[in-house]
Amino acid sequence: MKMLLSGNEAVARGAWEAGVEIATAYPGTPSTEILETIAMLVKEDIYAEWSPNEKVAFEVAIGGSMAGARSLVCMKHVGLNVAADPFMTYAYTGVKGGFVVVSADDPSMHSSQNEQDNRFYAKFAIIPMVEPSDSQETKDMLIQAYEISEKFDTPVLYRLVTRISHSKGVVNMGDREEHTPEGFERDIPKYVMVPGHARLRRKVVLDRLEKLKEFAEETPLNRWEKGSKEIGIITSGISYVYAKEVMPDASYLKLGFSYPLPEKKIREFAESVDRLFIIEELEPFLEEQIKAMGIQCEGKEHFTNYGELSPGEVMNGFVHAGILSEGVEKTYQTEKLFPRPPVLCPGCPHRGIFSALKKMKVPVTGDIGCYTLAALKPMEVMDSCICMGASIGNAVGMAKAGTEKKGVVAAIGDSTFLHSGITGVLDAVYNKANVVVLILDNRITAMTGGQHHPGTGVTLMGEETFQVDFVELCKTLGVKDIHTVDAYDLDASKKVLKSALEYDGPSVVITSRPCALMPNKIKETAYTVLLDECNGCKLCFRIGCPAIYASEEKTEKGHNKAIIDPETCTGCTICAQVCPKDCIVRVDSPAVEGART
Amino acid sequence: MKDAVNILIVGVGGQGVLLASEVLSETAMKHGQDVKKSEVHGMSQRGGVVSSHVRIAETVYSPLIQEGTVDYLMAFEISEGLRALDWLKSGGILISSMTRMVPPITTIGDFEYPKDPAGKIREVLPGAKILDADKIASDLGNIRLVNTILLGVLSKSMDIPEETWLEVIKKRVPKKFIDANLEAFKKGREYSFEPVAVGE
Repeated sequence: MKMLLSGNEAVARGAWEAGVEIATAYPGTPSTEILETIAMLVKEDIYAEWSPNEKVAFEVAIGGSMAGARSLVCMKHVGLNVAADPFMTYAYTGVKGGFVVVSADDPSMHSSQNEQDNRFYAKFAIIPMVEPSDSQETKDMLIQAYEISEKFDTPVLYRLVTRISHSKGVVNMGDREEHTPEGFERDIPKYVMVPGHARLRRKVVLDRLEKLKEFAEETPLNRWEKGSKEIGIITSGISYVYAKEVMPDASYLKLGFSYPLPEKKIREFAESVDRLFIIEELEPFLEEQIKAMGIQCEGKEHFTNYGELSPGEVMNGFVHAGILSEGVEKTYQTEKLFPRPPVLCPGCPHRGIFSALKKMKVPVTGDIGCYTLAALKPMEVMDSCICMGASIGNAVGMAKAGTEKKGVVAAIGDSTFLHSGITGVLDAVYNKANVVVLILDNRITAMTGGQHHPGTGVTLMGEETFQVDFVELCKTLGVKDIHTVDAYDLDASKKVLKSALEYDGPSVVITSRPCALMPNKIKETAYTVLLDECNGCKLCFRIGCPAIYASEEKTEKGHNKAIIDPETCTGCTICAQVCPKDCIVRVDSPAVEGART
Repeated sequence: MKDAVNILIVGVGGQGVLLASEVLSETAMKHGQDVKKSEVHGMSQRGGVVSSHVRIAETVYSPLIQEGTVDYLMAFEISEGLRALDWLKSGGILISSMTRMVPPITTIGDFEYPKDPAGKIREVLPGAKILDADKIASDLGNIRLVNTILLGVLSKSMDIPEETWLEVIKKRVPKKFIDANLEAFKKGREYSFEPVAVGE
């Protein structure tokens, strides 16, 4: 059977075929759909969970592996930073059931705060790495990764990038091979990493590396494609397919098993060609290692380390190298047009609370989620965004610097708060920091497309479960000043924020409106502008709602009046609350009858 | 790259770019071709530009099209068609809806939405296939059919039997919208564009 699968769907299918029993993750673009696909299609065969964060997800998968179950843990590149602690030491203990960690990197930062190249994590932890080039390989090589994991008693880093995860290709399907877990067997020197045991395991890791190097020489994952003698290309992952498009006749050494490297094979390949090129996205990971072998090669002087590669980028690299005479040619030119930055959706509850927050005129340390968009025009009411959970620690530090007399607000979403904000609040309470923690509780992990978390009361498998109560949680952490507020109510929001900022000590403000899109699409009666009364003041434009447009009609002073698209307006009322002329009204209100709208 | 058919679909989040590229890719696969498609999800769904690359050939390596080599550029929003014009190869075909989606960023006066994007496209590409798909869709009773109407237009130029398209549409769209989508596809497929006068 053939199907069109994305790389993420191919991981899910590969996991099923490999007999995986346990799969865990925290949502993160571009990796999210792997676990969603498993939960949607094969939850009878695979236990799948959203964990509160990547570290816990990793640890749960370790437990599964210790019990002998083939286990999978998936995350975006920066998620592996969160999980780095168990990752680095699990590399020492080794596995029982096969263990694969999927890292989906995001070159070009389509949906991320940095562009880190996680291939270095394989070298850092001294574990093998496998890199597929398309959906078919993503499915097939995952099964091989489990074999490698069990054969060499090691976790395997399975490295994807956005263009693997989110590209679809034709995949030939296989069947599931069951691997019934044998159960846990006590092995204290293997699993209890106290110094005395870890020193022994460190030796095992180094011996394992030598065996993996031998394996790298033989495995068919590393494929020599004989082509022209003039040009040889060593490449891996997505870069391979771009290179094949541009240089179909070159010789290739395609590294599906890209750490540790097959040194003998690379040396032999290098000797067989006149010029050797290393084509890889982001950092010169392969190039530096190959140069350290004393092999002459060319790479980053021609092919960029900034953003993702593409056929065009590879082509331009070969022009720079003098191999091709013509690079990308365009028949048509386009002028520069307006940008279309992502915006908060119509009806988004963040719009209300941030409109109120803007009036407070205090620094707002921010976090990761849809609400990060409040940093952009026209709202511009968020002042930092570093990593998951950073807002609260940032606010504590800023408050302790003693410079911000009016107070500091940390803004963090519900899913992000449960991921790594709780310890931040604990810090604020413990160290008596005068900060306001604003928990934007829209009851979903929205930015990644609407996933459940411990605050939603539903698991990834669709079962009802305990729902964390944020107020009770913050009380238990020791917060005395706790408020909840309707994010659609501007006056109430301002009042609550003001009171929390005036309070001496840590405060928590929790908003209570759900996401306008998920799990239920919110659509109340739309609002409209009474055109004869609109004075073109633009205050409603400044809340950045995509349902509000500039009308062609102008005031006497030449200002565009506002109009509202009734299809996309959800009736949240924020614009009506900011309108100083009170001329934004419900479409069914008596004022509309006879008036022009 | 030489032998592949490259289709670039552009629009704004929520317009159905991804569903259209799914239908196109699956139709090509059903027709016995190798196909790859690529797009970016994530922040783009919050009102940003969405673009999907589809490549069809006997064997496809790259899921990304190279700039300047697009055979068919399909735009669900007219200024996005203008923005992506430089992807089109010489002799490539542009199919665009007249749909205008003016982003909030233009209302605060920092940027301007172009006055006549269709005119600008026609200046350099007189044969551009631009149609009022919003009107056709609303006549059919559902504004969200624009993507299927444009697929219908595209299908006319591609060497895949009509039945294959219809089979995939039936499979991919929600049950209660099947008839409307089949109708929309036909409207697009049968749409006659005014011939371009020579020398204009």
